[in-house]
Amino acid sequence: MTEEIIIAGFGGQGVLSMGKILAYSGIMQDQEVSWFPSYGPEMRGGTANVTVILSDERISSPVLQKYDTAILLNQQSLDKFEQSVKPGGVLIYDTNGLTRFPERTDIQVYRVDAADAATKTESSKTFNMIVLGAFLKIKPIVRLENVRKGLEKSIPPRYSHLIEANEKAIGVGQEIVVRER
Amino acid sequence: MKELRLMKGNEAIAEGAIRAGCDAYFGYPITPQSEVMEYLMAEQPEKRTGMIVLQAESEVASINMVYGAAGTGKRVMTSSSSPGISLMQEGISYCAGAELPCLIVNVVRGGPGLGTIQPSQADYFQSTKGGGHGDYRLIVLAPASVQEMFDFVFTGFDLAFKYRNPALILSDGLIGQMMEKVHLAEQRPRLTEFDPSWTITGKTPDREHNIITSLDLDAARQEKHNQKLQAKYQKITENEVRYEELMTEDAEYLFVAYGSSARICQKAMQLAREQGIKVGLLRPITLWPFPVKPIAHLAPKMKGILSVEQSAGQMVEDVRLAVACATPVEHYGRMGGMVPSPEEVLNVLVNKFISK
Amino acid sequence: MDIKDIIKPENLVYKKTDLMTDKILSYCPGCGHGTAHRILMEVIDEMGIQSETIGIAPVGCSVLAYDFMNVDMSGAAHGRAPALATGIKRLWPDKFVFTYQGDGDLAAIGSAETIHACNRGENITIVFINNGIYGMTGGQMAPTTLEGMKTSTSPYGRDLQTMGNPLKMTELVAQLPGTWYVTRQSVHTPRNVRRAKKAIRIALEAQKEKKGLTFVEIVSNCNSGWKMTPVKANEWMEENMFPFYPLGDLKVEGKLVNNQ
Repeated sequence: MTEEIIIAGFGGQGVLSMGKILAYSGIMQDQEVSWFPSYGPEMRGGTANVTVILSDERISSPVLQKYDTAILLNQQSLDKFEQSVKPGGVLIYDTNGLTRFPERTDIQVYRVDAADAATKTESSKTFNMIVLGAFLKIKPIVRLENVRKGLEKSIPPRYSHLIEANEKAIGVGQEIVVRER
Repeated sequence: MKELRLMKGNEAIAEGAIRAGCDAYFGYPITPQSEVMEYLMAEQPEKRTGMIVLQAESEVASINMVYGAAGTGKRVMTSSSSPGISLMQEGISYCAGAELPCLIVNVVRGGPGLGTIQPSQADYFQSTKGGGHGDYRLIVLAPASVQEMFDFVFTGFDLAFKYRNPALILSDGLIGQMMEKVHLAEQRPRLTEFDPSWTITGKTPDREHNIITSLDLDAARQEKHNQKLQAKYQKITENEVRYEELMTEDAEYLFVAYGSSARICQKAMQLAREQGIKVGLLRPITLWPFPVKPIAHLAPKMKGILSVEQSAGQMVEDVRLAVACATPVEHYGRMGGMVPSPEEVLNVLVNKFISK
Repeated sequence: MDIKDIIKPENLVYKKTDLMTDKILSYCPGCGHGTAHRILMEVIDEMGIQSETIGIAPVGCSVLAYDFMNVDMSGAAHGRAPALATGIKRLWPDKFVFTYQGDGDLAAIGSAETIHACNRGENITIVFINNGIYGMTGGQMAPTTLEGMKTSTSPYGRDLQTMGNPLKMTELVAQLPGTWYVTRQSVHTPRNVRRAKKAIRIALEAQKEKKGLTFVEIVSNCNSGWKMTPVKANEWMEENMFPFYPLGDLKVEGKLVNNQ
């Protein structure tokens, strides 16, 4: 099994940490993982993206042109990466703030209104976990108990009380994700 | 059971330094390698092992702190990225001239000049052909994974001390910034014994005073010193070549690539084989000494060799020298911080050698 | 008393310290470097710290200082001696570490390393020989060259408008909180030699306490570069260098001396 994923959105949406939790979860079930972010000026407020690969074998290129799954969380990211999904692959997006929607018909398109759902929860910071939940519903490549272990590894101890909120948010995402195509 | 961690390449360098028993790190911030010193400062290695970490006033000062401290026989290192490494070249040349073991890490970014902060491999010439003034060589290790970033700190120090020569880890922004899982080796003790034949730890009555210098105003003696250095480099060339071969047994075409480019070529190789094109990969791990013999050995079996680097074509010169016209060699590279995709590399291979 | 009597051990009145090697000094006759070397080594000898001392030689006339000083030494790149000293002292905090630098090395190309080592309060001693000229390269203008002073790169005299002002590095580093003892001395008369030696002793002793950087400037001559006889050079130094670079302590035990 090899899963090649791009996650892209605004800096501050938790794109990089979502990738990190996914990578940690992969390690917890003994997989090879790689996590490569856009870095530099893009880190400071503009768009952010990260390529995450989970595999049972040694990972070759951490940089890719085509992805099994693209999780695209703002307009720039959708415009930039929609064409990079492999035919038959998965595109997950959030309608919040979009003026143009996914157009491809040769891929599976899923909508998750995570921004909307996050404002209804206790913490809007769980946005990225809602998105992660949506992804895991579609592709359960990591087991939830390993995600919890991943959360424990990547959330600093002083925020450990947030682990439960994050797990709840994953559940929310699993519920609200909708297949469009 | 080894400890397992998800780490950035730069963090792996820093943790590697602590665990390899490094005595001191001197550095200056520059993107994309600032995480090395950030990690060290946060980790407070003086409490873990007694290792010193100091933020210097410049790269020039950093390398000269390394030069001073290395003279006392301790394990010392610095890290930087391309423009900072250019500033260090005088000091590196002094270290080579005075035969000081030390470790330098270059997390390369695009150039020339201030260039960009994105990944590049355009410092190959600078790293493998000397870099500063005079006839000298660095032992150059090219990690292609975060695990190797960690491991090569150990290897780099070991080779540096084995030959009393500076070693360089030539990485790039991609390997520095990416995260992978790392098996952490056990903590190795810091050095406590120092070779009294050359280190400057205070003249004792039982020996003459030791002097660390690269200067000899007598040209005949300076030539002798150069000959001694060259003999050492010859020994390193004979003994320390490291490389990796992937799927070369049945290959008709060969990629030669190091570091992040080797990872991209590995994927391109998989894509090619899905299409029935038999491609192999030779990945130099030591860039100096360069794996001349392994490439020369493979060359006659190949219909074509594609050297892939994130530069205008630097390593390809060494590949061509190794191949010695036994088979066609082409170069493909991106520059200025652009990273080629595996599909792009495969297209070039097909266009240059197969569908001509 | 004939020569045979004079060389008898019981008639010995003065002996070169063993911490100076037997190599013939490469300095011009009349130059202050030889004396400065000697008193530095005498102090280390008298303190009994040869086996705990590491010195740094600069680039300049004293580039070969490690040939004359019988202690472990490293030869720095031009201007970088304080960086080398920092690297060594951080790893060997209980050793005595000194740099020996000229004005071009310390005040021009190495100004950043000097200021930052002083500012960090590295527990090292800097001995700074200031003769207002680049001696080794043949008498070019230095950052400390006086106004109107002729050198090979200021053949009509230093013009402040186009060549800048002579730099008072010692006054500058005295202002930094990292320095513990800052003084300016000379070695052109026996009396001044005694004072300079005392200053070096204070500077090295201070390293035991780890209170900060100690800085000893020695205003010196360069009869070759100044194109004067040794005697005339010393007179010129008293008349011209001392008014601009006045002798005495600038900072003692971390406190600025009056008028600084």
